[in-house]
Amino acid sequence: MVIIKAVGVLGGLGILAGALLAVASKIFHVEVDQKVIEVRNILPGANCGACGFPGCDGLANAIAEGKAPANACPVANKEKHEQIAAIMGTTAGETDKKVAHVICQGCDSVAKKKFEYEGVKDCKAAAAIQGGDKSCDKGCLGYGNCKVVCDFDAIEIVDGLAIIDKEKCTSCGKCLEECPKAVITWVPYKNNVIVACNNKDFGKAVKDVCTVGCIGCKICEKNCEFDAIHVKDNLAKVDYDKCTHCMVCVQKCPTKSIRGDLTVIESN
Amino acid sequence: MELFSLFVTSFIVNNIIFMQFLGVCPFLGVSKKIDTSVGMGIAVIFVITLAAVITYIIQKTVLENFGLEYLQTIAFILVIAALVQFVEMFLKKSSPGLYQALGVFLPLITTNCAVLGVVILNITKEYNFVEAMVNSVGTSAGFLLAIVLFAGVREKIDTADVPEALKGSSIALVAAGLMSIAFLGFSGLKI
Repeated sequence: MVIIKAVGVLGGLGILAGALLAVASKIFHVEVDQKVIEVRNILPGANCGACGFPGCDGLANAIAEGKAPANACPVANKEKHEQIAAIMGTTAGETDKKVAHVICQGCDSVAKKKFEYEGVKDCKAAAAIQGGDKSCDKGCLGYGNCKVVCDFDAIEIVDGLAIIDKEKCTSCGKCLEECPKAVITWVPYKNNVIVACNNKDFGKAVKDVCTVGCIGCKICEKNCEFDAIHVKDNLAKVDYDKCTHCMVCVQKCPTKSIRGDLTVIESN
Repeated sequence: MELFSLFVTSFIVNNIIFMQFLGVCPFLGVSKKIDTSVGMGIAVIFVITLAAVITYIIQKTVLENFGLEYLQTIAFILVIAALVQFVEMFLKKSSPGLYQALGVFLPLITTNCAVLGVVILNITKEYNFVEAMVNSVGTSAGFLLAIVLFAGVREKIDTADVPEALKGSSIALVAAGLMSIAFLGFSGLKI
């Protein structure tokens, strides 16, 4: 009798709960777009957030609703973009791939130091003390927080300076978020001419702390035939749309703060 | 006054994590960032309070009527699991915003021992309905307090120079132990 009662009550509860859920799943049914699931399956699933949406699910929703283009995922390759485009019935189009770049050349052998830092080897911890040990408070500290967050092994610390391998960079943007100095920026993959300095102080102030910093002398601006480089806030900036990679500015820069591939000229 | 005393006791003195060691799994799992830990804490308050209401009713109307108190644990698990599923569906349909905020945490705490522990304690301590509610809210608020404090500590640990052997979960457990010892300071507090 006891067993029957126990089974009856518990079974009754179970059936009741099951029935409730079954009814609820009909009443509260939310249509999930089949496209969302298909797109989601193609996306890499790294949830890196480089697309600007909250994770791959967020992007899949946005693509399915047409709020984001089929090639919005910077990590997925062209093949994947085409697969997504096929689901959405559009074409993928060309993306200008961008890569992260450290705009600083102040490696340990070049940069002057305010003091000897012996604390935790962590950029954020170092930056909390007087803005870090390097005299230039805009530059790369070189303790490698970006290297740690990089899931793709694209960042090396060489002589106290972060160097990003543009072949390995998937433009997920984690290093940009992590860097306490904001010394990492986006640069088009195709571009070779980069002003590798982040210091917007006046020329004298920059010269006092670094030998390879941009002093805002405008020599590059005057020598550029294509109107592709301008000094703004005491810092030269390349207009990537206009730059033809003639490398004139790289050669003329008195502090060698513009980085470029000089072999391009030799081959011409 | 008694209710206030009950609240403080369940909130701090008998903190569910540091004193009763219930719900340690989500406590360690979802405490890496303060943002997510707040979400988790609020979801726990939500579920525990709701579960306390339902289980109290089940206990009084069904189990005690049939003399089946010994089936308490399994009956409560059944009811809470169904309840959380139902709430998840309900939120998804009626309030997508709230679902976005709490949705990922809800399945995590479906049959968590913290939820089950609180509702069973409500019965064994023979609280009346109001006391049971106060106890549930206090206890789950204690969970929120604990997990947010702990997330803050863990965010700091991330930048600290931790010995290789202790990195990750080990140092988190050490920190949790130390926080538990700190909460021992509240024991014996009478209001």
